[in-house]
Amino acid sequence: MTLDDLTKSSGEWLKGTGPESDIVMCSRIRLARNLADFPFTNRASRAEKAEIEAHATSAFAAAKLDLDYIDVNALSPLDRQFLVERQIISRELSSSEGPRGVALSSHENVAVMVNEEDHLRVQYMLSGFRLAEVWDAVNKIDDLLEEQLAFAYSPQLGYLTACPTNVGTGIRVGVLLHLPGLVQNKQIDKVFRALQKINLAVRGLYGEGSQASGDFYQISNQQTLGKSETELIRILTDVVPQVLHYERNARNTLLTERREHLHDQVSRAYGVLKTAQRISSEETMLLLSSVRMGINLGLIDDLSISVVNELFIQTQPAFLQKLGGKELGVEERNIARATYLRTRLSNGRQAPRHER
Amino acid sequence: MKCQKCAKPATFHITDIVEKGKYREAHLCEEHARQHLAPADESIEPPAISELAKKLAHSVGAQAGQAASGSASDARACPVCQITYLEFRGSGRLGCPHDYEVFRDELMPLLENIHGEPRHSGKVPKRAPRNTRQQTTLIQLRNELKRAIVAEEYETAARLRDRIKGIELEQGR
Repeated sequence: MTLDDLTKSSGEWLKGTGPESDIVMCSRIRLARNLADFPFTNRASRAEKAEIEAHATSAFAAAKLDLDYIDVNALSPLDRQFLVERQIISRELSSSEGPRGVALSSHENVAVMVNEEDHLRVQYMLSGFRLAEVWDAVNKIDDLLEEQLAFAYSPQLGYLTACPTNVGTGIRVGVLLHLPGLVQNKQIDKVFRALQKINLAVRGLYGEGSQASGDFYQISNQQTLGKSETELIRILTDVVPQVLHYERNARNTLLTERREHLHDQVSRAYGVLKTAQRISSEETMLLLSSVRMGINLGLIDDLSISVVNELFIQTQPAFLQKLGGKELGVEERNIARATYLRTRLSNGRQAPRHER
Repeated sequence: MKCQKCAKPATFHITDIVEKGKYREAHLCEEHARQHLAPADESIEPPAISELAKKLAHSVGAQAGQAASGSASDARACPVCQITYLEFRGSGRLGCPHDYEVFRDELMPLLENIHGEPRHSGKVPKRAPRNTRQQTTLIQLRNELKRAIVAEEYETAARLRDRIKGIELEQGR
């Protein structure tokens, strides 16, 4: 698998399938693990990072995980950005130095980062609200890796991590939610404050420090020590349905009290995306969000949700440049983005140059 | 004790160093502690967790460190990875697994602040962790090997390499 192959497909997590997928884009769990007999990544020499990478890649092979290893150190900045946009690697892995990479499964459900803040960051993603399935999958991968590698672990503190915020289970349980209703009725901050009170973190689509875009928000646990993995997952499985309830209420209110306004907003958004000649990333995210909600509320019926989901990722700067096969300036990207949107949306379900 | 800004219990006890020798104490609930520790403009977006850890490390360090042995504990280095607690406070990242032992006294209040209960109750690796001493020995030996090679002490280097190989073999690598 090459990165160019990746431009022709999209991750399973964008399929828009699974329970509650009108709001829950995907469920994801990552585990932080470190090899016991090496310093943490930030303190490891180039040679040690290379050794860690070698141990990791031979463990992936021995565990028969069927993953393709992408050597991030050998990639151009554009290719690294491309992987960040796809949610395969973090900004931190993209911008750091030395031997590092990511092992990826064919449908992009599994992504194991090597030499990020921790030696291994094992991630599993599924579309929809399916945390129990995700946990089973990631736990199994962890078991298989554990047969090959000795992870740093202490009976009292659990899995030892570079940052004390991850120690213990090393788990980050998260869901990516689309919440345009709560944004429009301005209740979103109230919901966030309630989530933060029970020690859950809320972030934008592109993780820590990023502005929420396209009305997408990631909700995840902060506590990693003192509770078991299943207890930490249960906090999310208990709370997320309440957020979904508030979002559905907000959407229904919009639909009953401001139906014409909403229908107009959604239709205009769809119209602009289908016909614009140049369009910025921010405007695209904003309009796609309206269109996505429109599909879910039955106001648009000739477009599939998976196409819209894909477009959130495939209108990002690096994807457009990979597709064009060259680096593009901001203005050129705005033209390329509009062209790509027109092509994808005029054919509804089909991706003309991108059949799988 | 109640939070200074609301009626909730104060779970964070923060000592700010106003200037040399002058401290200001704050007793806050989690939400107000976060506001207290975050820069003024970060109201909606929560600070990145590692940032929070860094700031907590500062504040807890200021409490524990000042009370115990002042800057002496900050300057103490881990014998395995050589990181000092001061460096950890600067970066929010530890240097190696052994640091959790070396800086145990400083880290425990920090872990309690971040997670509530500082005792692991999650997954236990199927293959029980191998002798931790052996693991830290390996890191130390590799460091010595690096030094030996730089100093062109090739006999020492060869001896160290054999010992490393021996332990790795024993670990089933």
